[in-house]
Amino acid sequence: MKEAKIITRDLTLHYGQKMALNSINIQIPEKEVTAFIGPSGCGKSTFLRCLNRMNDLIPSVKIKGEIVIDGLNIYQKKIDVVNLRKKIGMVFQKSNPFAKSIFENIAYGPRINGHNNMHKLKEIVETSLKNAAIWDEVKDRLHDSALGLSGGQQQRLCIARTLAVEPEIILMDEPASALDPISTGKIEELIFELKKKYTIVIVTHNMQQAARVSDYTAFFYLGELIEHGKTRKIFTTPDIKQTEEYITGRFG
Amino acid sequence: MRLKNKIIGGAITVSSALSVILIIAVIVIILVVTIIGGKDKLSWEFLTSFPREGMMEGGIFPAIYGTALLVIIMSIAAVPFGAITAIYLSEYAHEKSWLAQTIRFAVRTLATVPSIIFGLFGLGFFIQFVGAGMDNWFLGGQLKWAQPNILWASLTMALLTLPVVIVSVEEAIRTVPRELREASLALGATKWQTIWKVVIPGSISGIMTGTILAVSRGAGEVAPILFTGAAYSLATLPTSLSDQFMNLGYHIYVMSTQSSNVDQTLPIQFATTLVLLMLTFTLNLTAVLIRSRLRRRVK
Repeated sequence: MKEAKIITRDLTLHYGQKMALNSINIQIPEKEVTAFIGPSGCGKSTFLRCLNRMNDLIPSVKIKGEIVIDGLNIYQKKIDVVNLRKKIGMVFQKSNPFAKSIFENIAYGPRINGHNNMHKLKEIVETSLKNAAIWDEVKDRLHDSALGLSGGQQQRLCIARTLAVEPEIILMDEPASALDPISTGKIEELIFELKKKYTIVIVTHNMQQAARVSDYTAFFYLGELIEHGKTRKIFTTPDIKQTEEYITGRFG
Repeated sequence: MRLKNKIIGGAITVSSALSVILIIAVIVIILVVTIIGGKDKLSWEFLTSFPREGMMEGGIFPAIYGTALLVIIMSIAAVPFGAITAIYLSEYAHEKSWLAQTIRFAVRTLATVPSIIFGLFGLGFFIQFVGAGMDNWFLGGQLKWAQPNILWASLTMALLTLPVVIVSVEEAIRTVPRELREASLALGATKWQTIWKVVIPGSISGIMTGTILAVSRGAGEVAPILFTGAAYSLATLPTSLSDQFMNLGYHIYVMSTQSSNVDQTLPIQFATTLVLLMLTFTLNLTAVLIRSRLRRRVK
């Protein structure tokens, strides 16, 4: 296993009175793809949203334990959440481009970081779109509205938008669940490319997808991390019976 | 039993039809009467000239000008203030916090206060308190601000239209999907950057709707400006914030109550009413169109 990028220690999360995550301990390796699988409501998305402190936006959420990224507990008081989120990009289940042009969507993050030099911005936009494998499809209409793109293109645009901020980690929350098989295939190829440079954590409902794209797989059930290990092992010889039952489709 | 249902059903049908007819009839009668009464008088000259011969001749230009100036100054005051309040309520305040609930209660109450009360408040607060204070502090007691003028009238009108602005802007802000805010925050934007670059551009048509509705309300109201700045008749247009102004609604009131020869002023009155009606109809129609476009976009 490569060096751990993200380590959690006894991470517990409550929505009001209800416990959603129970004492999660996991190590997520650097520059690999880790997939979170499990039935709906098992806490995998909630856990993903802890990693960039997106759950901060929900007032009823209470979190205990630690998440350590690059040796730093991100739930420390002195952590600047805004800077943290620059380092940890996120791609959402439903593609969510801004009602702006393709160019402005990608330039949004760099602009926020104070890049206003048009030459530099153009460069960032082009690189990001190329790295997200969508440049050829949009290079002639950078100034058209992003909302005119197809669902799959929008999702790759959102990935490009994330890349433009130069994060180290990319969190993906069921990024292909609303897409057709061809678009899904493109996203999966992209993930394969991106893991050379980025640590990727992907939540997915689709077991084949987890098996195809990930190096490590974590199985969540009822707010607990049941099993975590190499994807090949989880899908062939899991240690725990629940994991096997879920993977073979006996529940979930 | 079936007979009884039929009778009830029939009664409901007939009474709803009657109400609809009544409402439409009222609108049609108002329009037809004003158009017939005023159409001969309405002309380019009528819109662009001053009243003459004790308002029995001439046009209504100063009243149109004053009304326009009033709603412009009013919007400059009401729209930013209302928009900021709406942003606070929907983005910063906790739904159940004491402050947010107090503001909401105040906004709802403000919307139900009779407009003449706003007029009295404007007189007491802006003229006798703020204006008199300004005169005492800055002008050594010389009378300038402690009397009715277009500034105080506009600010009073702004208070009246504030609830309209707050409610429509808040409604528009709430239609900006959570996913877009999350996208912005996930890219490392601060909350304020998200509001400024995503939420406000996303609700711009709602802000415009609110502004237009406020303007149309302000253009039609008379009571708030009665004591705070509207003038019976002026020989010149207002040139400073401390000048009084003429106003379409007030002009109609003046002509219908103060005229020495009603028969002669009647066509002018009708024509003035027609101008005011067309102004508010157009504004409301624009607001409705913008709003329906906004609704479509949300779906």
